[in-house]
Amino acid sequence: MSSILKALHFKPLDGVRIVVWSAFALILLLMPLAAQSSFALTLLCLTGIAAIACMSYNMLLGQAGMLSFGHAVYTGLGTFVAIHAMNKIVGGWWVPMWLIPLVGGFAGLAFGALLGYVTTRKAGTPFSMITLGVGELVFAAALMFPEFFGGEAGINSNRTGGSGWLKDMGLTFGPQIQVYYLIAIYLFICTAAMYAFTQTPLGRIANAVRDNAERAEFVGYDTRWVRYLIVMASSFFAGIAGGLTAINVEAATADLLHGVRSGGYLLFTFLGGVGFFFGPIIGSILLVFALVVLSEFTKAWQLYVGIIFLIMVVFAPGGFSALIMLNLRRVKYGEWRKMRWPYVGMFFFGLIALWGFAALVEMAYQIQVAAGSGTALTVARIPLDAASTSSWLIAVAVLIAGGVAFEVSRRKFQRVWNEGEEHIAEAIKKAEAAIV
Amino acid sequence: MEFFTISLLNGVSYGLLLFMLSAGLTLIFSMMGVLNFAHASFYMLGAYLAFQVSEWTNFWVAFVIAPVLVAILGGLFERVVLRKTHKFGHVAELLVTFGLSFVILELVQLIWGRTPVDYKVPTVLEGSLFKLYSSSFPVYRAFMMLVAFAMLGSLFLVLKKTRIGLVIQAALTHPETTEALGHNVPQVFALVFAGGCALAALAGVIGGNAFITEPGMAQAVGAIIFVVVVVGGMGSLAGALIASILIGVAQTFAVGLDWSFIGGLQTLGVTVTPETFGYPVWKLKISQVAPILPYLLLVVMLVVRPKGIMGTRDE
Repeated sequence: MSSILKALHFKPLDGVRIVVWSAFALILLLMPLAAQSSFALTLLCLTGIAAIACMSYNMLLGQAGMLSFGHAVYTGLGTFVAIHAMNKIVGGWWVPMWLIPLVGGFAGLAFGALLGYVTTRKAGTPFSMITLGVGELVFAAALMFPEFFGGEAGINSNRTGGSGWLKDMGLTFGPQIQVYYLIAIYLFICTAAMYAFTQTPLGRIANAVRDNAERAEFVGYDTRWVRYLIVMASSFFAGIAGGLTAINVEAATADLLHGVRSGGYLLFTFLGGVGFFFGPIIGSILLVFALVVLSEFTKAWQLYVGIIFLIMVVFAPGGFSALIMLNLRRVKYGEWRKMRWPYVGMFFFGLIALWGFAALVEMAYQIQVAAGSGTALTVARIPLDAASTSSWLIAVAVLIAGGVAFEVSRRKFQRVWNEGEEHIAEAIKKAEAAIV
Repeated sequence: MEFFTISLLNGVSYGLLLFMLSAGLTLIFSMMGVLNFAHASFYMLGAYLAFQVSEWTNFWVAFVIAPVLVAILGGLFERVVLRKTHKFGHVAELLVTFGLSFVILELVQLIWGRTPVDYKVPTVLEGSLFKLYSSSFPVYRAFMMLVAFAMLGSLFLVLKKTRIGLVIQAALTHPETTEALGHNVPQVFALVFAGGCALAALAGVIGGNAFITEPGMAQAVGAIIFVVVVVGGMGSLAGALIASILIGVAQTFAVGLDWSFIGGLQTLGVTVTPETFGYPVWKLKISQVAPILPYLLLVVMLVVRPKGIMGTRDE
């Protein structure tokens, strides 16, 4: 009984909490120092925006168990409304530019209230199908109204417009670094707000609706109303991310609303991990990495991301955040040291198998897509020729040998891992027995 | 009259193609509770495999082989991947098929390239079946309708008249009891999944050359068949049939009509000018609205009758 009360007890000045949030603020503050080039700063800006979007997505998926295929609708519409508001500011409206993300947020909220009314009529799988349909609806409608959405070309704006005393102090949003700090401040506030939201009664009831809608309904909660409220809250934060995009890019095109983008939010939020609050932040880092960095290296990046996603869903449905937490738990119980060599073996052979697979994929792409630029290519600095049989044979041989070795080491790893799990379970049992 | 008849025929043949796609989706969904997000990808795979096989041999071989190949692939996927996620619940199952749709799209681009392939209607089925005033109705459209009806009939016979059909129906509503009676329900699931994929592939075989075989084809129908399943009522085959034909006919008619609100209002004696409030909406032609008609239908259906045309459950 006492332990239950302790878990519910609210301590506003929890030491760990202060340290974590201060560290988060400090990291956000100091990140630009580590980013030496303007490219790195751009990446940071994109990551910050993606983090808000992914966390808002996780309010649906992680907190309320609603798998949406149409989240880009809210971020995208937020961007469009924000761009129009920016143009109004340039035209003479008196609203400071730094409030634009909030304009996007309220636009997201409004569309969440409108579209969410339809999508939340169903839960579970039908909800997913309906969000997909509504997403397609909005995307197709965007192309029908070039007056608002600018057709194929989209619409542009200028973030240096407007007035106000902050602007007179030099906050023009001309330099990218100012945009970064704007994003960082919004990211910090949104993160805190979304975390606080998980602690509210509504946030808790969302968990109940996710875990057992029938019981929640029986206790007396209107589950549809809960879903509706969560969708609205989530689209508000999605809209803020959209508004920040408007300031960051100063342009909006209809593909911001496209289903591929919604799929990306789903995919990377899941990869980051839906079970922990910080999971989507990891997901957003992966998203920007894949979209900007990985796509520079290989044309087939979507294939790799898709396969990693499949593997994660089957073997680690908690995403990367759960992997981190599970390993931290091992460290805590002194079980991690046994895992070192199995880890090394698994990663070593895994990388070899990956090289074989990547070589095959890259050679196929070289022939199929980039045929104009010859057949020679390198995969991880090893030169290959897509036209020669020996290159293909080498790649197949490496893939098979690496794959077999990987499978062997994976099984060993699985065994050691399961043993560790048992030890930890025993330790927890003992500790509980000691308390009683 | 001419426009009406031809549009109706085209609409019905398109609707029947949609039904072939959504039938498999509905079957898999109502049996396993799995929403196969990759269903349209299997449709695309069917079209591409049919193209490849018909390059090597001819269309008729492809017509038989491609669905079988896709059924094997689908069954393998169910066995190796999907079954493992079953314990994590429906969200994980949906995610796994979502990931699969990504991978299939990329693999298709890897093997056949990003541009459309030249998958043609066989020469026997070229030309027009009959002429109505000035517009002709192609033989191939009639062939598509024939295949769809044959498939509909055999699906009905298999489900209602054979032993395996009875087991499938039993496993649909009472999986535990069916298992207790000694039937291998997981195997029935794998069979249904493979069968659903084969239906999608068959639709791809006959739809790929009627329309266009390209990497974007899965996405083009993917969302629409979801709409069909929701509008028809989750898990109802008859509802899916009605909804597919409704959407097929509505879309075909809409594409051919260039009416707009302005015209309609003018006959009522109201003039609309670019200054009128909401002019962008009034000036839209029905043909421009055609792409969003299925989704509008979805929204209207959800507001008016959330369980769908033939749905029984109102979640």
